[in-house]
Amino acid sequence: MSFIRPKFRHPELPKNALGYTVDYYEGALSTLCAGCGHDSIGAGVVQACFEMNIEPHRLAKLSGIGCSSKTPNYFLSNSHGFNSVHGRMPSVATGANLANRDLIYLGVSGDGDTASIGMGQFVHVIRRNINMIYIVMNNGCYGLTKGQDSATSDNGSKNKTGVMNVYESIDLASLAIELGATFVAQSFSGDKAQLIPLIKAGMQHPGFAFINVISPCVTFNNNVGSTKSYDYVRQHIEATSTVDFVPEMTEITTTYKSGVTQKIGMHDGSSIQLHKIAQDWDPLDRQSAMNAVKLSKKNNEILTGLLFMDPDAKDLHQLLQTTEKPLNSLSQSLLCPGSEMLKQINEDFR
Amino acid sequence: MKPTDSNNPEYFHKVVDCQHACPAHTPVPEYIRLIAEGKYTEAYMINWDSNVFPGILGRTCDRPCEPACRRVRVEEEPVAICRLKRVAADHKGDVKESMPKAPFVQNSKKIALLGAGPASLTVARDLATLGYELHLYDDQKAGGGFMRSQIPSFRLPETVLNEEVNYILDLGIHTHFNTYVSSLKEVLDKDYDAIFVGTGAPKGRDLTDMIGRQEGASNIHIGINWLASVAFEHQNKIGKNVIVLGGGNTAMDCCRTARRLGGKNVVVVVRSPFAEMKASPWEKEDAAHEDIPIIDNHVPKSFVVEMGVLKGMNFEKVHAVYDDNGKRKLLPTGEAEVFIEADDVLIAIGQENSFPWIERTIGIEFDQWDMPVVDEISFVSTHKKVFFGGDSAFGPKNVITAVAHGHQAAISIHHFCQGEDVNKRLAPYVNLVSQKMGLHEWAFDSEVVTDRRYVVPQADKKLTLGNRKQEVELGFDEITAFKEAERCLNCDIQTVFTESKCIECDACVDICPTACITFTPNAESETDLRKILKMPANNLTQDIYVSDILPTSRVMVKDENVCLHCGLCAERCPTSAWDMQKFFYSVTKAGKACH
Ligand SMILES: Cc1cc2nc3c(=O)[nH]c(=O)nc-3n(C[C@H](O)[C@H](O)[C@H](O)COP(=O)(O)OP(=O)(O)OC[C@H]3O[C@@H](n4cnc5c(N)ncnc54)[C@H](O)[C@@H]3O)c2cc1C
Ligand SMILES: Cc1ncc(C[n+]2csc(CCOP(=O)(O)OP(=O)(O)O)c2C)c(N)n1
Ligand code: SF4
Ligand code: SF4
Ligand code: SF4
Ligand SMILES: [Mg+2]
Repeated sequence: MSFIRPKFRHPELPKNALGYTVDYYEGALSTLCAGCGHDSIGAGVVQACFEMNIEPHRLAKLSGIGCSSKTPNYFLSNSHGFNSVHGRMPSVATGANLANRDLIYLGVSGDGDTASIGMGQFVHVIRRNINMIYIVMNNGCYGLTKGQDSATSDNGSKNKTGVMNVYESIDLASLAIELGATFVAQSFSGDKAQLIPLIKAGMQHPGFAFINVISPCVTFNNNVGSTKSYDYVRQHIEATSTVDFVPEMTEITTTYKSGVTQKIGMHDGSSIQLHKIAQDWDPLDRQSAMNAVKLSKKNNEILTGLLFMDPDAKDLHQLLQTTEKPLNSLSQSLLCPGSEMLKQINEDFR
Repeated sequence: MKPTDSNNPEYFHKVVDCQHACPAHTPVPEYIRLIAEGKYTEAYMINWDSNVFPGILGRTCDRPCEPACRRVRVEEEPVAICRLKRVAADHKGDVKESMPKAPFVQNSKKIALLGAGPASLTVARDLATLGYELHLYDDQKAGGGFMRSQIPSFRLPETVLNEEVNYILDLGIHTHFNTYVSSLKEVLDKDYDAIFVGTGAPKGRDLTDMIGRQEGASNIHIGINWLASVAFEHQNKIGKNVIVLGGGNTAMDCCRTARRLGGKNVVVVVRSPFAEMKASPWEKEDAAHEDIPIIDNHVPKSFVVEMGVLKGMNFEKVHAVYDDNGKRKLLPTGEAEVFIEADDVLIAIGQENSFPWIERTIGIEFDQWDMPVVDEISFVSTHKKVFFGGDSAFGPKNVITAVAHGHQAAISIHHFCQGEDVNKRLAPYVNLVSQKMGLHEWAFDSEVVTDRRYVVPQADKKLTLGNRKQEVELGFDEITAFKEAERCLNCDIQTVFTESKCIECDACVDICPTACITFTPNAESETDLRKILKMPANNLTQDIYVSDILPTSRVMVKDENVCLHCGLCAERCPTSAWDMQKFFYSVTKAGKACH
């Protein structure tokens, strides 16, 4: 029986700029079903953080409830973590981010956690443009509670018992674009080559970065007739572009044979390189992104890649002009200036 | 690259590094698991079938398996494969019960086995059960060859040697001990159907022409002759100051024996740098432990004899220089010669074959180095009735190689006597069985422990130096043996991939602790494919396992190099496209050893 992962690693593992090998970013051994897409996304997070040279103690993982929300236990054991209440991860993220703007916030949620019970929270975290990356591991069902249809299950999709979903699905990516999200991407757990650069870019984006990742549930929603199965997704997937995240000061080495290459610069000097496949689509234009998603849906395609991005977005701290420093680095006298100051403030409102 | 043909037993055989490296292909992980289960008798019999001398080899084997052990690719030390073999021998129950029992139905064929070392004894064991009448000749008073005359008792107790030699002699072998064969022609003239030559490489190199060699002769000894005379108790003391010349295992046995026979200041002097000495690292350690300095980079120049009495030796100091091809030259440093005092000198600078008793007119061809021309597969010489094996075939090697030769020669002799092609080889016995018992349950202990290699306890130095027959190593106790056995990674439990079941979910890729698995577009050549894996497959001695084309038009590639056989890929696979299957591989021998 092996609920323990061996300690040995490949002896030639490369080190990142901080001197860590990738195993430093691993977590506990997953208890999810064998073959669950969520585990692949977790592996993508590990690889992205390794490649981004992130000091694990500078990152906080936040999640709600669900199989997806359990995954933060399975990566980044050396990082902070908060497993919150069902659908309430955005509130916790908002609070944490306001208190300490220096951490990288990685929110992990499910389609149930986001599109059902957490919908109210989700729309507001977008609206506020909290500086975080928000990953939905979207399997079209409530995996943890044995596979009931979720709000992202497509109309006409069949579940494991053969029952067809009669409701229209909520398309989280369109919704995010619609609501003014400043970074919206879509991907597939089975395509790490695309997913990892998206996670890296999302973490670097100075505002709310949303990635909706189709992540098949092998146990409850990988049957014939499901639109979230490995087979269906592979047959219907279309990419807007191939994506490369290019960190600051790195020479661009990727070369493409044909097509249009677009570079989106980010404020810190890094950039995203897109090799566009979809024509008539501009990732910097919200309307065009919207149309591309709508069109693909009409064609029964699942559009993946970076969909929309506003590199000049202002996050909540900028909007509210809060202090530049995390609260825990401020002195008590600054944080609590005393009753005299309170009186004065109250005076100003009179 | 083309998909791997895993139906070819050699593919999975190679994955079991230790077994593959063992000249007799002993099923190592199988016996290690049996030891962990406390089934020592079964573990012994698996060994006996393959290597014939588990108790002897468990103490003295050159252990080519250990540097090959997978464990050294993920940590520092291999599994103590050899010393675990001894555990099986030390703790076994009644093994005779499981061995074939004489008499056997005779097939009216008669074979002469010349020399009673491990090679001949192996041929004897394999052929006895088939009904051959076997005549074993040796000039020593008992069987065992060099295992008796050369390997000192403090490494190999006589009781252990006798026990395992007797298991073979008890199969009804006709022994002719104290019989030196002085003419092969005479043997050929007798009515033997075939002759096996297992006479070893019995001639020790000398420094015949060195100044003082003749004058000092009474205190200058050829190492292997001296060891034999100690073993047969013709010799029981040596001077206080002893020089041992040479850097191989014989030198190590000479110096350690000298310490036990009264040598106080025993030094080993070797021409080459310490790191390049031929002796096994553990033998050098044992010598050091017995306070024997090893002086390297010293070339012997002359024996110093005064008034007919040996006083010592002069040496020239050298240093090693290497040319562009890495070829070594020992160049004098130009310093003055060094004198080292000695009452006795033991020359242990190598041994050679010598066949003065084989006539060159009877159809046995010898090559330019005066070695018989022997076929590397069938071991037949240029005379169709005469077969060679062990050190006599291709020069001095070790016991396990002699055993491996013996098995193959026995097959050839059997074929020859049955009128079949001697070159015909028998296909190995192979078996592949799933180990799945449940969702997370395997029929083997898949947990990978990080324990470092356990050290075998030794008897107190006062005791061992005082008594030549006191064995130095005490062997593992059962608890330590269990812990050491747990270090084995079960490399014979193979990861078997079935592409038709794979849904390409990546679960195996993500879980594998050592990044063995990659799904990738195929490449033209193996070289290219090795480069584009999750971790480049740089160890070219290890194969890559390539699947057929999958639905996404990629292939699965597994680098066997550092697979821990932990089974996590198979546990994480939702469709059982990966399975853990026990691969049993056993070299087919002429006779059936166990029943
Ligand atoms: C000092 C020393 C230590 C060693 N230690 C180890 C060790 O620890 N582990 C290991 O694996 N190997 C060791 N070896 C090597 C090992 O002993 C040999 O490789 C092995 O025994 C060879 O087996 P064999 O059957 O070919 O012949 P041998 O074991 O050499 O047996 C040949 C026999 O034939 C006899 N013989 C030869 N000519 C005639 C003749 N004309 N008539 C009758 N009889 C004859 C010899 O006396 C001898 O008894 C050691 C060797 C030496 C010299
Ligand atoms: C307040 C509350 N309501 C209901 C539940 C029961 N519940 C647990 S997980 C879950 C759905 C999770 O679905 P999703 O977010 O898609 O996660 P998945 O398991 O599919 O990854 C529900 C309804 C709960 N834990 N808390
Ligand atoms: S780990 Fe075990 S099976 Fe693998 S090579 Fe070493 S001893 Fe053999
Ligand atoms: S058994 Fe499977 S998971 Fe374990 S090391 Fe080998 S390939 Fe990797
Ligand atoms: S876990 Fe199984 S199904 Fe998934 S990719 Fe690996 S072999 Fe294929
Ligand atoms: Mg879900």
